[in-house]
Formats: sequence, structure tokens, C-alpha cells
Amino acid sequence: MKKINLAIALGATCAGCDVAILDLNEKILEVFDLVDFKFWPTAMDFKIDDLKNLKDGEVDVGIYHGSIRTTEDAEIAKILRKKSKVVVAFGACANFGGIPSLANMPYEKSMFDVVYKDVPSMDNPEGTVPQTSITIKGTELTLPGIRKDADALDAVIDIDYYVPGCPPMVPLIEQVVEVLKVFASTGQLPPKGTVIADTKTLCEECGRTKPEEISFKDFISPQEVQEIDPDLCLIPQGIICMGPATRAGCDALCTKMNVGCRGCLGPTDKVKDHGLKMISALTSLLDVDVEEDMSEEELHKVVDKIPDPLGTFYRFTYGKSLIYNLHSEEEIK
Amino acid sequence: MSKTTQETESQNPNPNIILFLCRWCSGKGADLAGTSRLQYPPNVLPIMVNCSSRIDPQHVVEAFLEGADGVLITGCNFGDCHYKTGNYKTFRRMSILSKLLKQVGVSPKRFRLTWISATEAAKFAKTVTAMVDELKKLPPYKINGKGGEEL
Ligand code: SF4
Ligand code: SF4
Ligand code: SF4
Ligand code: FES
Repeated sequence: MKKINLAIALGATCAGCDVAILDLNEKILEVFDLVDFKFWPTAMDFKIDDLKNLKDGEVDVGIYHGSIRTTEDAEIAKILRKKSKVVVAFGACANFGGIPSLANMPYEKSMFDVVYKDVPSMDNPEGTVPQTSITIKGTELTLPGIRKDADALDAVIDIDYYVPGCPPMVPLIEQVVEVLKVFASTGQLPPKGTVIADTKTLCEECGRTKPEEISFKDFISPQEVQEIDPDLCLIPQGIICMGPATRAGCDALCTKMNVGCRGCLGPTDKVKDHGLKMISALTSLLDVDVEEDMSEEELHKVVDKIPDPLGTFYRFTYGKSLIYNLHSEEEIK
Repeated sequence: MSKTTQETESQNPNPNIILFLCRWCSGKGADLAGTSRLQYPPNVLPIMVNCSSRIDPQHVVEAFLEGADGVLITGCNFGDCHYKTGNYKTFRRMSILSKLLKQVGVSPKRFRLTWISATEAAKFAKTVTAMVDELKKLPPYKINGKGGEEL
């Protein structure tokens, strides 16, 4: 069996995606039997020139994780595309823009001012912000530029396969390994555009019991939770869970631990916009009986329990959402 | 990457407003405004639904994406919804949506929810007029297509 040439490249990443691959534990040995690493700078001693010096198409499978935040991220993605027969977007950041894409929300201040000047933990009396180039004693030092937005990988290159998750969970990575095995022995690959995860919703995978009629009175923030019923669906307990609109495939990792799903596998194919769907679903389930004698002010209090709908319902998917297209900076005054 | 705002002096003489109204109280109120020959600007495109709770946040977002300058939703007063509790759900759904729209840069002036009873023709005409007047002062709503501009 011919070994597969594999490259793992990265953009704006927390490297959690790399760690997730190492989490395969002993199964990683199978990976080493199966592939020749042509590029994986996080785990081995590779430099970008090692990727550049490969022949076009020499890499069989190129995996990219992280979002496209800097000009260098975009450049590396383009190089990976050129060198690889197939490219896999790996992790929520590469699939949807992920958490970094939340910084694309319009805001009255520039991101650098917030990050390098305003945050309380910053001590920067001279107000220095990163520059793309500076000359010190006649030598020019350069840094990659920051793009206006942090985007999903498909904003800059064509993608063949998607593996969502923040980071992709071991069961999904095992599926990727299976795909690689089939590819190595038969040369067969799944159809282009395949999402390597489930097609059903997380609720179908989650073992919690769903009562006949689900309703709840109030959104409960995690810090207010007194006691969680370990078997009952979290929504009737008032805990926000993105399960109804989220793709299955993680084996309900979070809900098993009494934590509401945050939606890291992204929406299912049938859902056009992850967050809007969840807003619609959750507000339909909010109990109304009690409200009939509530004042408008009290009604407001209920929704004020969600102070940050963008961060709550689009934690991982803002960069690929319908509402991302609404984004208008002119309106921020 | 600087997110400074542009000065936009331009005004919009003819804003487009999508009006979602429920068939019952608020629809009757709107009808009455017509039959009583109350004057209000012709900038609204009404879409009638059975109950305000039928309107999904996605409908509102898609209205903007299709070029609306504003979206107005009207429903029955609390306690009057034909389906008893629909408007409570509308209230919650749209309160969260309006917060979200603000976060993604849509001015709150462009999205309104109000309750109109079958007799409140004057309130209906006033609400529409006020919203049109406000939107005339804003530039046309422009979505700025995203994706990959480099510095
Ligand atoms: S998907 Fe999650 S784990 Fe992977 S790089 Fe992004 S933030 Fe890190
Ligand atoms: S909403 Fe959450 S807790 Fe309830 S069944 Fe779905 S995934 Fe499980
Ligand atoms: S439960 Fe939700 S947030 Fe947690 S791992 Fe699964 S998809 Fe991601
Ligand atoms: S019927 Fe008017 S809001 Fe429900």
C-alpha cells in the first residue's frame, strides 16, 4: 500500500485542532503507518519553505485548521491548495470562521485599539500597535498584515471536505482516518463537499429524555444553576442548548456533562442560519402561561437574560451565517 | 482593518419598508386606516400572516438582504392575540432579534415591533409615518458584501 502524502497547515488557530489529532492516542500510530507527513509545523520541524518546495499536487490530502485572519494565513492556504489534490477544512474556524470571526462584528473602535490599548490587562503607555514593517538599524523587519475580517477557509480557496467541531472530536477524526485508509488502498474518496460528521441533529444523538411537551419559564445562566437533572433535556431546565439546530457527530459531548451544546459542529444541512433557527426555537418553547399577567418590563427581563445573542447563538458560525451578510459598518454611530 | 465610521450625509427620499402584519387586530387596524382615508406614506409593502408569531427571524433578515430599508412588524395587543399567546412569543423572539441586529450593525431605527388593535387606525398610520420619516433621514440600507478584502 502506497503511503498518503499528508500536509497539515494552519491559519489563525489555537492549535486545539492539532491537539485533537494527537488525542487519537494509540490510533495515531495507524496514522503514521498510513501517511507520510509532508508538512505539520505544530508537531514537527517544518518551515513554510518545506511546503513551498513540494511539487504541485504532490500532497494527496491537505488539512487546514484555523481561520483566515492574516495575509499570511491566506497565502499559506493558497499554497496548500496548489500542492494538494484534496483539501480538508478542519475545525470550526476553518469551516465557519469560528470564534475569531466574532471579531468581525462591527464595532466603533478598531480591533487593534481594543486589543492593544483598551483591555484592562494591557500596559502599553506608548500605544504601540503591530506594524507590518519597521526598520531597525537599517534592517527591515516585517509581519504579516491583518485582514479586515477573519474568514472561513472557503473565502480564499476551494475546499473538498469539511470536518467541523471545535476541535473536531476523536470519533470524527477516526472517520477521517477511515477515509484515508480507503483512499490509500483503493484511491476512492467520498463525493466532493462531504461533511465528515453526522447529518442528523444533536438532539437525536443526545441521550437525555425529551418530554412530550417542552417548555421553560426563564433562561438560566450557568452560574445560576442549582441542580441539574442529569437525564432530562436541558432546555426544559432553562439551560440554553443549541442541540436542535446543531449537527450530530460529537456523541453529545457537552450535554453528557450537563453543559448546553454551544453549536461547535455548526448547523445541519437543513438549517440555513444556525442562530436564527435557535432564537426561533427557544422563544417558541418559552412558557407563556405565566406571562399573561406580566408587565412589559417583566417581559423584557426574560429576554435580557440573553445579553449577547451574537456570542450565544453564533459562537462558532458567525463567519458563515446569513446575518454576517447584513453587516454594515455605516450604521455604527 | 480600521472600523471607523464613514460620514453619510445622503438621505433616502424613498425608503422601502416591509410590513408584516397579522390578519386579526393589526390587519383590521390597517384596514380601518385605509377605509377611514387616513394619510400615511406609501412606502410600506404589507405581507399579511395569520399571527405575528408566524414571522421567523429569518424572514426579517431576508427582507433586509433583499434590499428593505426597514422592517415593521405589527401584532395584536397583549391579551388580544387571536391565538392567545402568539404575540408574547413574537415579543420575545423579536426582542432577541433586535439585539442581534444591533450587534451586527443594523440601526434599531430600521426594525420595529408594535401592537395595533382593530380600532387603532390612527396609531397604525402614525407608526408607519414616523418610521418612514426616520428612515428618510438615514441613507439607504446597504449591506456590505463580505469576504476577504485584504489590507
Ligand atoms: S476550531 Fe477550535 S480548536 Fe480548532 S483552531 Fe479553532 S478554536 Fe482552536
Ligand atoms: S436540546 Fe440539548 S439537551 Fe435537549 S435533547 Fe437536544 S441536545 Fe439534548
Ligand atoms: S455538544 Fe455541541 S458544543 Fe459540545 S462538542 Fe457537541 S456540537 Fe460541540
Ligand atoms: S393574531 Fe395578531 S398577534 Fe397573533
